[in-house]
Amino acid sequence: MLKRTIPLIIASIVGIVLILAKFSHPIQSWETEVVMWFDILAVFAFVLGAGNLNLNNLKKISERKAGWGYAAITLLAFWITLICGIGKLGVPPNEKYLAYAWSGSYEAEGSAFWWIFNYVYVPLAATMFATLAFYISSAAFRAFRANNVEASLLLLTALLVLVAQTSSGPMLTDQIPEESAWAIFKIDTIRGTLVNLFNTLGTRAIMIGIALGVVSTSLKVLMGVDQSYLGGD
Amino acid sequence: MDKFWNSLADLDRRWLFALTFLAISIPLLTGIVLPQKVTPMVENVFNAIDELPSGTKILMPLDYDPSAEGELQPMADAFLRHAAQKNHKIYFMTIWPTGVAMIQRQVATLKKEYPEYVYGEDYVNLGYRPGYEGVIKLITSDLPKLYGADQQGTPVAKIPMMADIDNIKQFPLIVNVSAGDPGLKQWVQYAATPFDSIEIVGGTTGVQASTLYPYIPNQMIGMIAGIKPAAEYEKLMFEKYPEIEKRPNSNMANVFMTSQEVAHFMLIGIIILGNLVMWQTSGRRDQS
Amino acid sequence: MRISTIMICFVICGSVNAAEPQLPERVKVKDFENDKGEKLRLLWGAAAIEDDEKEAALKSGKSVPKTSGRKPASTIKEPKKDRSHKPDQPYFKYVIERKSILLKPEPDPNRDDFDPEAPLIALREFEVVAEVEGNKQEFVDKELDRKHNYVYRIKLKLPNGTISDPSQTASATPVLQWVDQSKLYFGLFMLVVCGSVVYFIEAAKAGKTLKIRKIAGLEAIEEAVGRATEMGRDCLFIPGIQDINDIQTVAGITVLSRVAELTAEYDAGLDVPTTRSLVMTVARETVDGAYTAAGRPDLYNPDNIYYVTDEQFGFVAAVTGKMVREKPAACFYMGAFYAESLIFAETANTVGAIQIAGTAMPSQLPFFVAACDYVLIGEEFFAASAYLSGEPQQLGSLKGQDVGKFIAGLFLILGAVLMTVSQFVHRGESGEKTGDLQNVISFITESLLGT
Repeated sequence: MLKRTIPLIIASIVGIVLILAKFSHPIQSWETEVVMWFDILAVFAFVLGAGNLNLNNLKKISERKAGWGYAAITLLAFWITLICGIGKLGVPPNEKYLAYAWSGSYEAEGSAFWWIFNYVYVPLAATMFATLAFYISSAAFRAFRANNVEASLLLLTALLVLVAQTSSGPMLTDQIPEESAWAIFKIDTIRGTLVNLFNTLGTRAIMIGIALGVVSTSLKVLMGVDQSYLGGD
Repeated sequence: MDKFWNSLADLDRRWLFALTFLAISIPLLTGIVLPQKVTPMVENVFNAIDELPSGTKILMPLDYDPSAEGELQPMADAFLRHAAQKNHKIYFMTIWPTGVAMIQRQVATLKKEYPEYVYGEDYVNLGYRPGYEGVIKLITSDLPKLYGADQQGTPVAKIPMMADIDNIKQFPLIVNVSAGDPGLKQWVQYAATPFDSIEIVGGTTGVQASTLYPYIPNQMIGMIAGIKPAAEYEKLMFEKYPEIEKRPNSNMANVFMTSQEVAHFMLIGIIILGNLVMWQTSGRRDQS
Repeated sequence: MRISTIMICFVICGSVNAAEPQLPERVKVKDFENDKGEKLRLLWGAAAIEDDEKEAALKSGKSVPKTSGRKPASTIKEPKKDRSHKPDQPYFKYVIERKSILLKPEPDPNRDDFDPEAPLIALREFEVVAEVEGNKQEFVDKELDRKHNYVYRIKLKLPNGTISDPSQTASATPVLQWVDQSKLYFGLFMLVVCGSVVYFIEAAKAGKTLKIRKIAGLEAIEEAVGRATEMGRDCLFIPGIQDINDIQTVAGITVLSRVAELTAEYDAGLDVPTTRSLVMTVARETVDGAYTAAGRPDLYNPDNIYYVTDEQFGFVAAVTGKMVREKPAACFYMGAFYAESLIFAETANTVGAIQIAGTAMPSQLPFFVAACDYVLIGEEFFAASAYLSGEPQQLGSLKGQDVGKFIAGLFLILGAVLMTVSQFVHRGESGEKTGDLQNVISFITESLLGT
């Protein structure tokens, strides 16, 4: 009952009310209220997440599982950041309340948390994102193969867009006059056609399919047809 | 020769990684800037900010994090400098928690390059509010309800430029820079589309562009997607406001563009090489 | 300085307004359609007279008189801000003035003499609310209060600053519309699409047989789990990087349920790292249920479903690190993904894992297509749960989706044909398209689609 029926009833009622809210002015604001409820729930989820993170990693360390060193580093990083943030270490006091040492913001410039954010988190996050460039080159080498007609078309499109996205690429066809019949072969024009026409067409088709899929999945959840997300069929 | 093609077929991907590293880092270190040809969409985005009367209220949500900073910071800087050059009133906010630090950077740039800009009168940092796209939906009807105070905790009632702000409809233009969802797509869907008085331009990563093109031009004036359009935007800005070009790091998109240029040609080379390898090795496999 | 109305004649440059500025004889104010009672629509001149005629025609049941191609007032939307310079703009303006009258004061328990029926009190003086260009005949006043009656009047303002006497007054009170009728057709489409989904679910429950095409990516799931079992390695399942409020995460979790049943049957290891603790909780319930359903509750280990971090690239670092160290044999990516998609797929490729991805993120599909063995594109991903379960009522929902697709296709074709034909239709003197075809297009775009 508590695990299945009540969550289903809540999901159905909230879902239906939010659908109706789209069509009625007085209950339109309820949607925002529900978003707020979710935020409140999500705050508690941070506690749940932190608890699970500690439990899992402590278990790994105590059992000396493979990679337990990583678990130790994770826990160390977690606690240092948490203490720096909550303890407001190195936070300069707010200009209006200079007498109170803790009156400044935890992320104020010069604080320990600010330092961790700017000099540990920022470079690490940027590095991870930058690795994408390397993976793109290895995927390009492996995946863009003209095995058949479709793959060849894909390959040709990729090459054209790559050239068009450079500064010098479009200059290759600069000699073609804008008014001539050959202007359709200018790299900028080809790129424009590929991006604005073919890409938009394909994306819209996929988006229509996705929207219908979302409707169908949502209805299954609201009607309780698919309960697998609650731990059963 | 067979051995050569076979060795290429089994090429350790780390060689490709090394090649990519060189293709990106060497042009970056040289600082060479290539000429840019401005595309109509970039021109539209530029005009959207440029043709507004001086002192127009611009909402500038910065919804990205440090990981996308390399691609998005140059365009965020360009938007900021352009808006400041036109003396527009800038309202910073973010629906990404990590966006707070990105706003701090913009505020630092503003303080350094436009010392005449006064906090609370010419720009304000409304900071982060949780709720993802729910924040956008809420501020379309009641902004002070969610933003009772700015990032420093100063009540909005005490901020002069917030005096006549009731909701998002008081901003004729939204300039959003975003790295994903919630971001530009949601600002278009929930803020710009339902209200005819609000226009929107945006900056986003190159990879997001394909999903946002369908909104142009009916729901969005245009967008800067990736480094190349950002470099074009800088070019337009330097042409109209040459004094900006002298400022440090004002042409970062153009510098990055040179790296991207070389990397793109390297990728083209890699793709052609991959196909040559396939044709050479598959032919022999057929014979055997 | 005041000037008398209808007394001034000017030589006006420009074609549209080549007439003397006059105060409108007819001023009309009415409630704004389909709002929450905070707007009023003010009409004057020809627009007001046209609106009167329409109302009279509607009352008498006659057909609405044809206009000169001008959109009916009720469908006029505020134009987007036009930044282009217009040298031929009219040189005079209409000044719109308003005063409000409180209809019913808020009940005050401290006042014994309070009479809720007391008429019109709290009178105020007229104040200027807007100045509009002389070529306009309509103004929408916003952010009004339903407890007030608003009285309007119009004055003429000339470039030299002279202002005319006021026009006649008109008044109205904004009314709350409980049902937004502008979304009527949207609601109708929604009912048709949702209704057909519900209908086919019920039909399937009643025993109607439904066919579904083979989806290679879903057929391969069993093969992937079997391979992992043979190799003695784990299956890695990532339900996207969004929270449980994202429908893609819910769809991913439903696929996890089927994958978990297979791993339970085959006795293969299952590893589920998550970026959100709520997703972890839901995934644990799901996998627990799946292992129980498969008859192997003893194999379920909640520690294998764990929260890593909310931070996108922190999660990427943790998961790819684990991929490299533990070399999973099968990797499933089912949910909302962003820039990490290619990093996951390429890393798993280096360790030789079979990879199946499903997402509704159009921007990430190319990366998955390039690097994974099988990809569920958009709606295929949402169909996965129904397909894998094989339950008739779930398959019925897919059939219902097809009805929606049919309607969308119909509108695409209709729109394309109409717009193409309209290109050849004769244009009016001022260049605007006229005729019944244009009315049909306007009806579809403005009323049916609500743009």
